[in-house]
Amino acid sequence: MDKLREKAAALLADGTVTMVLGYEEGTNKPRPLFCHTAEQASKLVYSSQCINNLAVYLTKKEIMGAGKVAIIATIPTLRSILQLSVENQLNEDNLVVITVTDKDEVKQFANFAEIEAYIADFQLKLDGKEQEIITKLEGMSREERFKFWMEEMSHCFKCYACRAACPLCYCTKCIVEENRPQWINPWAAPLANMEWQINRAMHMAGRCTGCGACGDACPVGIPIHLLTRKMMEDLAPEFGFTPGQPSKNGNALSTWKADDKENFIR
Amino acid sequence: MSEQNIYLPYLMTIDKITNEAPGVRTFKLKFQSEEEANAFNFKAGQFGEYSAFGEGESTFCIASSPTRKGYIECTFRETGKVTSGLAALEEGSTMGFRGPFGNTFPMDDWKGKSLVFIAGGIALPPMRCVIQNALDLRENFKDITIVYGAKSVNDLVYKDELKEWAERPDVNLVTTVDPGGETPDWKGEIGFVPTVVEKTAPSPENTIAIVCGPPIMIKFTFPVLEKLGFKDDQIYTTLENRMKCGVGKCGRCNVGKLYVCKDGPVFSKEQLNDIPAEEY
Amino acid sequence: METKYISKNGLNEWFSQIVKSGKRVYAPVEERGKVEFKKVQALSEVAEEYIQTTQSIKSAVFPRAEVLFSYEKENGQVKVEDFNPDTVKETVLWKVHPCDAAGFKPLTAIFNWDYTDKLYNAHLEKTTLVTFSCAKADKSCFCTSVNGGPGNTSGSDVLLTMLPDGGAIVEILTPKGEALVQLAASAFEDDKGEDKSKYLADVPLAFDLEEVRARLATAFDSPVWKEQSERCLGCGACAFVCPTCACFDIQEDAHGSKGKRIRCWDSCGFSLFTLHTSGHNPRAVQSQRWRQRILHKFSYMPDRLSVFGCTGCGRCSRACPVDMNILEHITSITKK
Repeated sequence: MDKLREKAAALLADGTVTMVLGYEEGTNKPRPLFCHTAEQASKLVYSSQCINNLAVYLTKKEIMGAGKVAIIATIPTLRSILQLSVENQLNEDNLVVITVTDKDEVKQFANFAEIEAYIADFQLKLDGKEQEIITKLEGMSREERFKFWMEEMSHCFKCYACRAACPLCYCTKCIVEENRPQWINPWAAPLANMEWQINRAMHMAGRCTGCGACGDACPVGIPIHLLTRKMMEDLAPEFGFTPGQPSKNGNALSTWKADDKENFIR
Repeated sequence: MSEQNIYLPYLMTIDKITNEAPGVRTFKLKFQSEEEANAFNFKAGQFGEYSAFGEGESTFCIASSPTRKGYIECTFRETGKVTSGLAALEEGSTMGFRGPFGNTFPMDDWKGKSLVFIAGGIALPPMRCVIQNALDLRENFKDITIVYGAKSVNDLVYKDELKEWAERPDVNLVTTVDPGGETPDWKGEIGFVPTVVEKTAPSPENTIAIVCGPPIMIKFTFPVLEKLGFKDDQIYTTLENRMKCGVGKCGRCNVGKLYVCKDGPVFSKEQLNDIPAEEY
Repeated sequence: METKYISKNGLNEWFSQIVKSGKRVYAPVEERGKVEFKKVQALSEVAEEYIQTTQSIKSAVFPRAEVLFSYEKENGQVKVEDFNPDTVKETVLWKVHPCDAAGFKPLTAIFNWDYTDKLYNAHLEKTTLVTFSCAKADKSCFCTSVNGGPGNTSGSDVLLTMLPDGGAIVEILTPKGEALVQLAASAFEDDKGEDKSKYLADVPLAFDLEEVRARLATAFDSPVWKEQSERCLGCGACAFVCPTCACFDIQEDAHGSKGKRIRCWDSCGFSLFTLHTSGHNPRAVQSQRWRQRILHKFSYMPDRLSVFGCTGCGRCSRACPVDMNILEHITSITKK
């Protein structure tokens, strides 16, 4: 921890960056911290309890400001940074990316290519509880699965915490905010909620990097990350694409290549 | 008697549609229920929530004067979902109206004073109610001056009424268009409203100035009035904020601790000085 | 106001009589790892060991989506069908906490300010609150700092304080509460003189509410709003779980020539809340919206409605994905 704090303090003190984005102790678990001065860096913490995905702040201009910023990224956050890079949302020159290895070493990445190489060693895994739900769902018929999700959706009250916590939901006008036409009904009702989540899963297809921030953020405990996660896993073999790989260039569903296997567009 | 549902609109028939300017219409509305028509009363400055059934509601002032009975009028520009829905309606169709909401211009306090009305573009409608009201009670006021401008001649609203006001010997009407907005036969002023106000130089002596317009016009008109000698309690304006319920419950139109739908939309400049400018 | 005693068996008896009477009973139920209010038929369904439900029970009087009226269009004419208060069912809210009951005061103030809200009042009239005092609290609770307390009676029709023998001290506070008690009058015994305060949670005072209000009156331009709200994501979780937040949107559920006008929950924290059609947004950045939330609850509401917009239940802090702990934020304002 000390090495991390020293590193952050040094970056701020010598003016390399105007802000360090990391974590501090919270009420029950660590929460995001924005260090503007070297003194504030002494509050930084890093552990497996750091589950907020800080990449969500990288597309918020009012927070990032104009200068260079450092971000202390966990593995899920690193994946999001890479996908944001695929989508041209980040300026590599204005971002210093730091992580803490499992040997407790502070590692600063020279560029996004280095992050991509580093991440390749970490497999995306579901935890026990999540695996249990997935196994249960995979054993259900289509009707049973719809019933399961409609029951979950009856609890949703359209707070959009899932959207707010997702680093890839950075649209300045979300589809639910479009009212000509009103594609998705804004009020909370099981079917209207389902419409929203299906839409979100579709918009995440080929982009979601499985960080689980949406599911963690949901105040009423809907495991919503499993929908986008499943979409991600279904898409990878179909399109030969895994999100978060800038070296592969492009998005599964929005980048056309001459050698795409579908021929209907030729 | 059971409680009224404040969200249920009166049913109104569109009696007449006037095309004022590109994208801008005036609706003359009549209550479908005679009982409701007779019970209805309002004062200049108040607004309503107008429904296009199937689209939603939009907030406009009541643009006609309470001295003219049997109908109300609203003027709006086609801009978004609801106003497009309204613009698609024809004479004879039904729409909804909830109101009157908000506070009023304190016309009783203004008896015996001179009035200067300053408006720009689509902001003439909120003033039309009080101008018509004042003209209908002309003997209550001393001098009446109206300075009204728009981007171009085509964008001036209430063109027929402007003619009426120009012809009255007891009204000094000054119309202007932005430089470049004039037509070859334009006989009015050419210049932005604040500049024309300065040129018209109304006296602040026992006078009330009522200003309505886009934020940029207001920003430059207030200093002109100050220069001419108007004090903050002599200047009135109307504020607009996004509204939904119109009755102080949905929370949207909060400006500091005031609600534009309850404490406004009419505010004096003195009151405006006390509320955070960034919130409206 | 009358105080009685009810035994464990008496409680069972009373509960089943309430259910038998046909009233809908909502009580905290543990499900999916959370405790939420749900319709119940038996006492055994009611959750036991928990501090607070995730959502408040304001949905009983202010549903998350509600039909204001419905309409049908034909040949340019329109027929409307008004909300019918007779469709509201008798409801008992069982085992709400004092901070939930206290939330009904600001809600009633907003919905009856000048114009009275027919829908809200129709729901409230048919709702009876059976509140249970809190024996436990956690570090997000701060009811005592906002004119509340773990055994507070504000907003309740009946207040029960559980006793070690499984019975409870019963405070019958309103005619509605009395009517509910009468459903099983024999289940209630004379007051045994137990001291309620012995069984209440310890919720230490965290800040001086009047001091907060005084500071907020001049805090509009303070940098504290940006500092506190940097991590805020701008979702609606805090507003929606809050027992006093009542901001709403009005939307149209249109299907061809028929439709309904719907009122649904909204939040001042959303970026679109104040957006004008022209594109101008008076609260364009999150720090302005955070400021509005705090000032509205702790400054504007007491000024205009003589009631604070917070009951110290701590739900917002627990629900927030980034730990915007309101107790921490308010306390830090008093320390500046």
